[in-house]
Amino acid sequence: MTAWEPVIGIETHVELQTESKMFCGCPVDFGDEPNTAVCPVCLALPGALPVVNEEAIEGILSIGDSLNCTLTETSLFYRKNYFYPDLPKNFQISQYTFPLCVDGHIEVDVDGEAVRIGITRVHMEEDTGKSLHQGDTGRIHGADTTLLDFNRAGVPLVEIVSEPDIRSADEARAYGAELQRVVRTLGVSDAKLEEGSMRFDANVSIRPAGSETLGTRTEVKNVNSLRSLHRAIDFEIERQIEVLDGGGVVDQETRHWNEGSGVTTAMRSKEESEDYRYFQEPDLLPLFIDEEWRRRVHSRRPELPADKRARFSDLGADTQTAALLVDSPELATLYEGAIAGGADPRTIGIWLTGEVVAYLRRHETTIEATGIGAADLIELAAMTSENSLSATAAKEVLGGVLAGEGNPEAVAQARDLLLISDTGEIESAVDAVLGENDDAVQKIRGGDMKPVGFLVGQVMQATGGRADPKIVQELVRAKATDSQ
Amino acid sequence: MTDLADLSILQAGDGLRAGNFTAVDLLTAHLRRAAVTESHLHAYLVIDRVGAMEAARAADEALASGDERPLLGIPVALKDNMVTRGVETTAASQILAGWTPPYDGTAVARLRAGGAVIVGKTNLDEFAMGSSTENSAYGPTRNPWDTDTVPGGSSGGSAAAVAVGSAMGGFGSDTGGSIRQPASLTGTVGVKPTYGLVSRYGLIAFASSLDQIGPIARTVADAATMLEVIAGWDRLDATSYRGDVPEISGSLDAGVGGLRVGVVTELSSEGIDPQVIDATVATVDRLSDAGAEVVEVSMPSTDYALSAYYLIAPAECSANLARFDGVRYGLRAKGETVEEMMAGTRGAGFGPEVIRRILLGTYALSAGYYDAFYGQAQRVRTLVRRDFAQAYQGVDVLVSPTSPTTAFPVGARSTDPIAMYYSDVCTIPSNLSGDPAISIPVGLDDAGLPIGFQVMAPALGEELMFRVAAEVERGAEFTARAPLASSEVVEA
Amino acid sequence: MPIDFDIARIAQLARIALTEEELEAYSAQLEQILEHAARVQALPTDGVEPTSHPLTMVNAFRPDEATACLDRDEVLSQAPDAEDGYFRVPKILDES
Repeated sequence: MTAWEPVIGIETHVELQTESKMFCGCPVDFGDEPNTAVCPVCLALPGALPVVNEEAIEGILSIGDSLNCTLTETSLFYRKNYFYPDLPKNFQISQYTFPLCVDGHIEVDVDGEAVRIGITRVHMEEDTGKSLHQGDTGRIHGADTTLLDFNRAGVPLVEIVSEPDIRSADEARAYGAELQRVVRTLGVSDAKLEEGSMRFDANVSIRPAGSETLGTRTEVKNVNSLRSLHRAIDFEIERQIEVLDGGGVVDQETRHWNEGSGVTTAMRSKEESEDYRYFQEPDLLPLFIDEEWRRRVHSRRPELPADKRARFSDLGADTQTAALLVDSPELATLYEGAIAGGADPRTIGIWLTGEVVAYLRRHETTIEATGIGAADLIELAAMTSENSLSATAAKEVLGGVLAGEGNPEAVAQARDLLLISDTGEIESAVDAVLGENDDAVQKIRGGDMKPVGFLVGQVMQATGGRADPKIVQELVRAKATDSQ
Repeated sequence: MTDLADLSILQAGDGLRAGNFTAVDLLTAHLRRAAVTESHLHAYLVIDRVGAMEAARAADEALASGDERPLLGIPVALKDNMVTRGVETTAASQILAGWTPPYDGTAVARLRAGGAVIVGKTNLDEFAMGSSTENSAYGPTRNPWDTDTVPGGSSGGSAAAVAVGSAMGGFGSDTGGSIRQPASLTGTVGVKPTYGLVSRYGLIAFASSLDQIGPIARTVADAATMLEVIAGWDRLDATSYRGDVPEISGSLDAGVGGLRVGVVTELSSEGIDPQVIDATVATVDRLSDAGAEVVEVSMPSTDYALSAYYLIAPAECSANLARFDGVRYGLRAKGETVEEMMAGTRGAGFGPEVIRRILLGTYALSAGYYDAFYGQAQRVRTLVRRDFAQAYQGVDVLVSPTSPTTAFPVGARSTDPIAMYYSDVCTIPSNLSGDPAISIPVGLDDAGLPIGFQVMAPALGEELMFRVAAEVERGAEFTARAPLASSEVVEA
Repeated sequence: MPIDFDIARIAQLARIALTEEELEAYSAQLEQILEHAARVQALPTDGVEPTSHPLTMVNAFRPDEATACLDRDEVLSQAPDAEDGYFRVPKILDES
């Protein structure tokens, strides 16, 4: 039985949320009304010409720089020629040789392991319009006519191509998630898979483990979430293994992921493959990104997710906490504030990843809306370290603070959760319990320590759990062994 | 008294400003000329009477307040590959029949802003592909010098209108000679500016790296004036020249004393009609007499320029014309599927020359053939540019005939593409180099057909080019008018 | 490089529907023209860079500002077929 190794590369498309389109001034953020954000250029009327949106170039350069790419000094636009009704010019202005960014990499965390994925290239192109299929089923097959909306045609699109360095669906998902974080951190796109502002296509092949040659790959399309990416790749790997184990060959083809049925299906294969006849775009001038520009891009690099994870780790956060904080600026601010105020990182980490996240999810709210601040966490942490609250009680207080009941002290008081600090009160309770359990006391006096636990439990019950168990235990022993 | 339709633009401008006649008078004269000549010529596809009258009236109001814009009130014709808002624009193709654009091209907008009166849209070879205007889907245009001959192409309609007086100035586009060659065949002045000097936004693209809009007029000074109005950077055209617009008409009277004129060997001998050669030699002699130093310049790569052009232009046009698919505008054929509809639309909507060039261009770009054809052609283009650059180190301007022959009979070359392509052998090199060039009428052949002389200058050297052209014009004393332009002939 | 082309494939790439006769006719014409065009191969061009622009300028940009769009009614009035604000075309895929 052959041991198979999956070899996966991912192509990612990111829509840049600039004010205007890539080659014309139509707005990118349009409403729902079809064909209201169009002009001679993006509709490809006769005589129209493209002009490059400078901000889009800044956007793609920042993406490339954040992916550790080399920024190309002289970069060119090309025409990629093919006919399709949602492509107004019937060619797409894209890049071919001399793309804007090459040879980068990104590190992703897969179950605690750092995996480095190479980035082959990042290049600039334009998005197509959208087609809706009329007809009974509403899906592409069986539609009688097709409706076209060109609002999206010409929106700046960045294509990121990874090296085939990915070896599992887990790695693929981690890669996709990390790319999404980077793009969002840069602020160039909201990168929402469900809305199509970020899209993945996966190239999947398998080969015998240890082999250097690549197997035949298939391209998997129609992946609309990170979960789908994972499921689709998992399925495709299995499918290819089955084919090869059964003595068959994997066909080079494009396959469509079907979320509902959980399978990939071969798309209608064309008789001949497309010939894109790339040639340099004569309507656009070459891009010259000089040293000064490249330096400026690099100096503008913000703190990326990987940098943040490292910083949170330095602040004492474990892997899980760090990952959470990277994805939530609100929680990150809370954490940073709490640690700065001297709170214990582990405690804060547990609270944020546990109680706080659960609360926000349950009530579909935000940190801002709850009004909780770093000061609250600092106070609460102090109360637990000073033993005014048990760990369980602290969680309850936290819930109360999130619900807007007040600061930790107030909530603890109101809910009667403060641990009893008055030794006298505890002593009375111990005395009372000892008084009611003479046999147990006698046993202890006789040297049998077993009933101590029982007596401590009784005291805890009597005090509603608010006595410090350590003190109770000390007192019980002391008083029980003491002669009356 | 000269018919208003026979004045030059400068003369008409003077007359308008002096109050001798109105813009409406001027337009009326041209419309009258069109009315009597169009049935013979078919220079126009559309005459926009209403729009032109409106513009003429507006011009008269402006003139009354002392407005001195040079094209104010001047009736001009636009080649129908220039997009005009609200006026049908077809590029002489069935595939755009009835298309009414929602926008004006930049050159058109500048003409309107300059107060020009747009008479209408003129005929052309379909999508500017041709050298005779016989490839128009709406019928050919005839040459006013002999209506059995072609006016040249692809801007044949504009050239014919200017030659006959149904427009005072015409605008065309030049990709391989399409302004200069028809100017040569119709006894008018035609200019291809430096690539990038005039915006291509709103020019229906044929070959993006070669196309330029330019003027056709009856005098060199008129052409210079027209060019000044449309030249200059346009933010809507990324390939438009960003620097200051060079001087254009400043040196028309400076003469050619001390200038070095290079006669291009390869363009002045083989394959050129003997009478054309004679006229060329005579013109060059006159330049010499006027003080220019004349030398022969060899530019070997020009022998290959035609071949390179017939790979580069079709390649670019194959992509530029892909947008004509029946989806968003224009003709739409029936089809069960959109693929069927697109292919059917294009098969039915494009004429044979257009289809030929699209197929040729598709092939030249296709996988496995790109390097040997398109790639090689672009390298040959570099050699052509080097030849020009080298030549201009030793001379100020280069000269040659504009066209190897005078006007040829309708139908004479339409079944022989190679012969037709050869019409552009003298003009194509400067499209490849991107340098400016102008054609000036210098005489008639024995059949009474005009002969054109070409002056080429380095990039942005319009001032020098016009300066030499003006001297050529002075020396040639070409006062002949197309027979059809004479009202007597027409009224007979 | 010998001239060798598949006219049917070229016509398909260019999406131009042609009859058999037309394909044959164009094939012959193209061969003729290509013979002339192929003369470019006779010129040695080792080390010569291709020209893709006559100008030597770079970096023509526009600022990232939204500008006025076309009026949809005006646009769709020129469309061969439209419905409800959309352009309408026959179905995209063949029912197979």
